[in-house]
Amino acid sequence: MIARMLMARRGRAGWDWTDWASYVYLVLGVILMFGPVLWLAVSSVKSQAGLDVFPPSLLPWEQARVAVPNQPSPLPLFRVTSGDHAGETLAQVRRIGLQAQLVSAIDPSQIIRMPTKDLQPEMRVHASWSNYSDLLAKFNFGLYFFNSVFITIVATVLTLLVNSMAAFALSKYRFKGREPVFLVMLATLMIPPTIVLVPNYLIAATLGLTNSLWGVIFPAVATPTGVFMLRQYMLTLPDDLLEAARMDNASEWRIYWRIVLPLSAPALAVLAIFSVMWRWNDFLWPMVVLSRSEVFTLPIALFSFQGDLQTQWQYLLAMTVCTLVPVTLIFIFLQRYITQGIASAGVK
Amino acid sequence: MSATLDRPARFGAFVGRLLGGLYGAIMNLPERPMRAAQARLRDGRLGWLFVMPNLLVFAIFTFLPIVIDFWYSVTGGAQLLPGDRPYVGTGNFDSLLTCKNYLDPTTCERDLFWYGVWNTLRFVVLQVTLMIFFSLLTALVLNRKIAGRGFFRAAFFYPVLLSPVVVALIWKWILQRNGILNAGIQAFGGQGTDWLIHANWAFFWTVLVSIWGHMGFYTLILLAGLQAIPADIYEAAAMDAASPWRTFRRLTLPLLMPSLLVVFILAMIRAVQIFDEVYVLTGGGPGTATVYMVQFIYQTGFAQGVRQYGLAAAGSLLLAAVLLVFTLFQLRTMRRGAG
Repeated sequence: MIARMLMARRGRAGWDWTDWASYVYLVLGVILMFGPVLWLAVSSVKSQAGLDVFPPSLLPWEQARVAVPNQPSPLPLFRVTSGDHAGETLAQVRRIGLQAQLVSAIDPSQIIRMPTKDLQPEMRVHASWSNYSDLLAKFNFGLYFFNSVFITIVATVLTLLVNSMAAFALSKYRFKGREPVFLVMLATLMIPPTIVLVPNYLIAATLGLTNSLWGVIFPAVATPTGVFMLRQYMLTLPDDLLEAARMDNASEWRIYWRIVLPLSAPALAVLAIFSVMWRWNDFLWPMVVLSRSEVFTLPIALFSFQGDLQTQWQYLLAMTVCTLVPVTLIFIFLQRYITQGIASAGVK
Repeated sequence: MSATLDRPARFGAFVGRLLGGLYGAIMNLPERPMRAAQARLRDGRLGWLFVMPNLLVFAIFTFLPIVIDFWYSVTGGAQLLPGDRPYVGTGNFDSLLTCKNYLDPTTCERDLFWYGVWNTLRFVVLQVTLMIFFSLLTALVLNRKIAGRGFFRAAFFYPVLLSPVVVALIWKWILQRNGILNAGIQAFGGQGTDWLIHANWAFFWTVLVSIWGHMGFYTLILLAGLQAIPADIYEAAAMDAASPWRTFRRLTLPLLMPSLLVVFILAMIRAVQIFDEVYVLTGGGPGTATVYMVQFIYQTGFAQGVRQYGLAAAGSLLLAAVLLVFTLFQLRTMRRGAG
């Protein structure tokens, strides 16, 4: 029975239970994949008090406040549940023990006293956008954002350039040592960054790259998967094109950037998207090489703040949302290319 | 109307021309030296010129480090410069591998290392098995005639793009004491708990969170593999009135084997190196319940008062030996795919 569900049924009319099961599975999957992110986004506009409420409310409920003349700050609103003023909504001026002093919006000069048990907070849905604006005011958020953007863009441009040059030579030239070079590049797959962490730190320190954005950029500029992917693509470009250009006395460099690169745009686009993802999300190496907060990238800043901000989740949540928004935009607009690229290249 | 439509189009064309001009101007800069090099070098050498930047980066940041790694692993002390470090022979390896009982890290000289080894082993077995199961199930479901397949495929893929730090914080927020998960459990009459404070739960959640973050990637590869299976094979099976289960066992599974192999190897390589999400989610805790291999390396080399580069390097090399086996398999499948 379960086996039926595992089967790829093609083009049969009518619904049977396996179709229902499939859709139920997929809808559950969608909830499980998007739900946590949505929950984060909703939580990020709750006030600090709203975040402490348990069980948490779905929407950012908050006690309504109203500005009253002669009062320095807006006053919280309460609904009166019993007594003379039952049903009215009053603003609380102050509270002494179990007694509250309130005013009505109609006549702010008249103080009404009543026990707090007769009062119920007047709630409304209110998004605390100040969580976000405070990021800029209280933290160096703009700087971290800039650092991340700078690293992502520069590293991606360099990655495309360096790897496409290598792929060009490896696919379009026959030269002595071409096969060994290709094998050596593929062999670097065997040395993932995690196992050369310590020596790479030494090298970065020797080259003066610690606490510098360049120290994050350079080490991963050449990637074996990038070379491999681009080479496979360039192999499919006809050599006649290159010959025709040589007839026109174009230099090899010109052939590379005027003919081969534009024709390889689909493969370059896939590598560019990967590179952006790798760089934007990179964590371990930046954490090793960057220790001063002026050069922090977003993930590093997030991580270093999560220790200090455990009691201020509203900022942590807002910062997390800001970190995932650019990636989400890329996802929304480019997901077809990304999924196709991965399916065809099988790399990440 | 047409004017408002034209404006973005014209702006797009303008940006396009600007970027194109910039691209041309920058890429034209090396024209003279490259032409000179071309005139001087014979055709064969020019290829070397093109691969040189790439090789240089590999040499400095991949091959040289592995050599230094070996040197670090046989020297001790906290000095960073290789020349200042005293030679200790196999001291670091001995220290890592000295145990009264290998199954019980508390009896080991470097207990953190062995906690890392056993936790990683446990993690890899559970995570890779579960992840391949769910990826395969999802791929099979997506391979059916499904309305909105593109949307569902994208939904499962979305977490793959998120930063591991973001993934960890999303789940930390859900799993916290006053989090929505505990609220949900309470709403159904259950009793919530501090998920990340109990060792077994913390381990379980590192597995689950990492599957959440990565399964979409493997689902895509398996889906591509399924879609490459020609439909007429299934038609033939249907004519023979083969049962669905039999068709799956005898047709789908064998034909999907190459993709499954790729997925298995990639998942293994990545699971062995698990670090980012877990480090942010649990920090290796509670206690040492979720300390994995890479965290041992990072912590020993960079996060402790005394930086023990030698031990970290020795640990890296032991990890490298494990990864080497998987990567050789990966290279074999890649080269087969490349023809």
